[in-house]
Amino acid sequence: MGKLFAVIVFVIALLSAIPIITHSWFGSGISFALPEDISTHGHAIDDQLSDTMVEAGLSFLAAQFVLAFFVWKFSNRQANAEIKTFPGGAKGLVIAALVLVGTEMLALGILGQKAWAAVYFTPAKPDAIQVQAQAGQFAFYFRYPGADGKFGALHPDKIDEGNSNFFGLDPANDVDSRDDIVTGELAIPINREVHLMMHAKDVGHSFYVRELRIQQDFVPGLDLSVHFTATKVGKYEIVCTQLCGLGHYNMKAYLNVLSQEDFDAWMKQKASEQ
Amino acid sequence: MATTIQSPETESKKPRLDNGNSGGGGLRNLGPTNGSLKLLEDFSPEPSRTGVWVGLAAITMSFAAFTSALIVRQSTANDWHHLTIPSIVFFNTVVLLASSITLEIARRRVAEFARGRTANRSTPLAWLSATLLLGFVFVTGQYIAWQQLRAEGLYLASNPNSSFFYVLTAIHVLHVLGGLAGLMRVIYILRRPVLSLRRSTMDATSYYWHFMGVLWIYVLLVIWIKL
Amino acid sequence: MSDRVVQAVPTTADVVHHHQPPQGFIRKYVFSLDHKMIGKQYYALALVAVFIGMVLSWLMRIHLVWPNWPIPGLGLLSKVGAPGGVMTPEYYLSLLTMHGTLMVFFVLTNAPFAAFGNYFLPIQIGAEDMAFPRFNMMSFWTTFLAFCILIAAFFVGDGPPIAGWTSYAPLSAVGADAGPGQGFGQTLWGLSIFVFCIASLLGALNFIATTLDLRTRGMTLSRMPICTWAWFITSCIALLAFAVLLPACLLLILDRVAGTSFFIPAGLVISDRLQPHSGGSPLLWQHLFWFFGHPEVYIAILPAIGIVSHILINSMRRPLLSHKVVIYCMMGIGFLSYMVWGHHMFVSGMNPFSSLMFSFPTLVITIPATIMTLIWLGSLYGSRLRITAASLFALGFISMFVSGGVSGFFLAQPSIDIYLHATYFVVGHFHMVMGVAAIFGVFAGTYFWFPKMTGHMMNESLGKLHFWLTFIGTYCIFMPFHYLGLAGNVRRYSAFVDDFLVPLIPVHRFITIAALCTGAAQLIFLYNLIHSRFRGAPAPDNPWECTSLEWIMPSPPPFDNFGGKHVVVYHDPYQYGVKSSTGDYLMQNSPEQVEVRT
Repeated sequence: MGKLFAVIVFVIALLSAIPIITHSWFGSGISFALPEDISTHGHAIDDQLSDTMVEAGLSFLAAQFVLAFFVWKFSNRQANAEIKTFPGGAKGLVIAALVLVGTEMLALGILGQKAWAAVYFTPAKPDAIQVQAQAGQFAFYFRYPGADGKFGALHPDKIDEGNSNFFGLDPANDVDSRDDIVTGELAIPINREVHLMMHAKDVGHSFYVRELRIQQDFVPGLDLSVHFTATKVGKYEIVCTQLCGLGHYNMKAYLNVLSQEDFDAWMKQKASEQ
Repeated sequence: MATTIQSPETESKKPRLDNGNSGGGGLRNLGPTNGSLKLLEDFSPEPSRTGVWVGLAAITMSFAAFTSALIVRQSTANDWHHLTIPSIVFFNTVVLLASSITLEIARRRVAEFARGRTANRSTPLAWLSATLLLGFVFVTGQYIAWQQLRAEGLYLASNPNSSFFYVLTAIHVLHVLGGLAGLMRVIYILRRPVLSLRRSTMDATSYYWHFMGVLWIYVLLVIWIKL
Repeated sequence: MSDRVVQAVPTTADVVHHHQPPQGFIRKYVFSLDHKMIGKQYYALALVAVFIGMVLSWLMRIHLVWPNWPIPGLGLLSKVGAPGGVMTPEYYLSLLTMHGTLMVFFVLTNAPFAAFGNYFLPIQIGAEDMAFPRFNMMSFWTTFLAFCILIAAFFVGDGPPIAGWTSYAPLSAVGADAGPGQGFGQTLWGLSIFVFCIASLLGALNFIATTLDLRTRGMTLSRMPICTWAWFITSCIALLAFAVLLPACLLLILDRVAGTSFFIPAGLVISDRLQPHSGGSPLLWQHLFWFFGHPEVYIAILPAIGIVSHILINSMRRPLLSHKVVIYCMMGIGFLSYMVWGHHMFVSGMNPFSSLMFSFPTLVITIPATIMTLIWLGSLYGSRLRITAASLFALGFISMFVSGGVSGFFLAQPSIDIYLHATYFVVGHFHMVMGVAAIFGVFAGTYFWFPKMTGHMMNESLGKLHFWLTFIGTYCIFMPFHYLGLAGNVRRYSAFVDDFLVPLIPVHRFITIAALCTGAAQLIFLYNLIHSRFRGAPAPDNPWECTSLEWIMPSPPPFDNFGGKHVVVYHDPYQYGVKSSTGDYLMQNSPEQVEVRT
């Protein structure tokens, strides 16, 4: 029985590692690889992730193999078999854990700090494109300031989805809001920093774009922001990752990364539609 | 590592009961080997005394949570309205503190009576009843304070300050009611023909009651400074 | 202050309470004051809860991969939520919420801690009962009340709550405007947890007072078995954690029913209605909840660690390399658990500097966890390991603890959490380390202690079969969760409509099949449990040749545990691998002196 346990643990550990190493589901073509990174900060996160994967993976395999080996070797021994003590005893193991895991964790912690800092500790550049994002049940809306570069004020009491006034603007009295562009997709130019100012209309939501390596909650009552630079033209999915109600699974929008010319054209077209 | 076998205790050794860490065991588990019940009674820790301290720790933690909620709520608020504490609250404070004093006197009288120095059972009972009465006066006073706030048009949901005022004082009053139940139990036991009041019961009840006073001072300070 | 108030001097007979066992059915089986009966009641409640929770997870898994298949009978449970047996998205979220709440509160908190702790903590320290038997009874029945309130939420008008077991405000706080399931059902959820907190506080208080005050002579703190230590440390954690969740639930309920604004900010427009609230802070709920929520993880896992260590030592026929180090590690984990709650909130909009402050203690928790794992592994070396159903589950626990633990490396780092937060990676992580590992501890404890609790042996062959199926099955379910997470699969989705999620559905199908099979394997356990209870071979007093005090008494123990006798303890808890008159072990209460090995 002990030997069976050892074999099963060994096999499970190996099989568990295969999809991680090959990034696929046992040759079926289903990919577990991280999607291609399209942001300027994402490589730091990816590097950190693969460093951690190596350390965690080795710890995982080592611990499972040692467990399997010891159970194989020491299970169901004869009743008079001699009981031996692990060389070095508890002291050795404690020191080993402190030194090995301690340095490992310290290293991960300090290295990981850099990747975090790249996202959160640097303010957005002043020339970054300002976009406002609003999350509500169960859609994202985005607002560009328009030609005047100013966002109109928000009036939650004026929100009227029937008349497409998703943000609660008041163009009748508020000059700034008249040229604001409101869309359901987030179009941005390539290689320009985007400063996304986020607020929630009703309950908590989250802004998650896998390829951008960005995830940030919308918290009602709080004005949060993230900034990022996309480096690859394409259409990517923005999904909600914070449970927000029955339509949560279906709450999504598209991130449309365009070349500068395409973006300008897109802007012009949207401005004329307003 | 080897198994170290400690030398077993021998029965001839007098049980050491003075050390909480000795594994000396509690009252209910340790039969006296030398006939000295007094030793047991005086030194073995009693669950109700430990229990009351543990319970107070939990209450402290709850009020710490309320306090931090208040601080966080205030920091995000743009709707913080100053609240004038109803005047009767200060009278209530005096009443509650006075009840602690009467309870302490009661505890001493109970002790005298229990040691047989006096056969007069009515004195400790009177002091205990006074404490009980003051406790009820406090609860009634708090109720009047709520009425005064309502008269000003401040209800539970009016603004964060009134919300916190009602919540903090109501939770405190609930705990005070628990203390009153404990006091009534002590009085009930003390009135029995055969006295069976344990010292730990009396102590636990009075610790709890004094703590209610301390907690009230804390709540009052929080309300005063923050609201 | 030294006044003595004791008047009626207890006689010896009073000191040793010779209370008679209750005769009436109600006093004996329902409102029992006996810690053993209360322990069994907790176990039974957890068993009911775990089977409901498991069935809910089946329904969810089936819905995820065969969304349009009408599940027979589901339509009867809720006509609105599952018309014709096909569940609506909101009903999926209801099941998810109920599954999480049942499992975390009524299974993982109750089974390893309240059930086994109630039964064995007093016995292992040589006490006759808990310190406050009445509190103990109240504690169970309050828990039962909380359970009933939660189950009642299934049957209320607009459906069970859908805000998840974390019930983030304002979704959980604004009421029925936020959609179906946010009406009365959510209020019942808050009430249930509120009541559960009171029950847990009573229980924790009782455990602490019992451990401190009722240890028998010679039972010093360092001579307590590891599982007693684990229950003691857990009760300290629970005391402070539930004392914070209690006010949080109160404020949530007030926001819902009294119109206050603790967690609801101004200017929310829900279902086209401007909400009449102002100034509240949704993050406040998250802080209060996770201040409880992270210690809760250790409330689930520490008792399992204790039980598994206890069983492992017994099966290895040798003490751990160090008894004290494991206890210090448990204390360290308990202490650190209060400093790490923010790691659940890295992307929540909390100050990014505090994310780093929360990240380091989280990483530090790895150290005591690793030390414990290494001590277990190091102790296996050179042992005489006996393979039983109990020891298999204990060994399986180590494997699961490692697997679930290493994924914590990722989630402890805020930068990686940006990508992995709210994905199936998180789900896989906590199911393995908190769910499956703790349940393995419960299984191990059941196979180990069942003879003592009922007087009957369990069927070992069925137990081992149950282990193989469960062990392989749980790996098949939860390992792929991690891969899905790496692919960015978002959790709490009732269907996969996003372009990048559709290709992953075959993996989900595999998981669903594994879940159905593993769940079915639990019927073996249930059969074994019930069959052995009535037909199992009679259990000897000490079938596993174990050293702690529960094995010196008959199986099942008499009403007053030690028959009115005082146990005197002479030894550290785990005297294995010695040469004594009983064999290779020495009972804690045996006055025999044996050779000291060096």
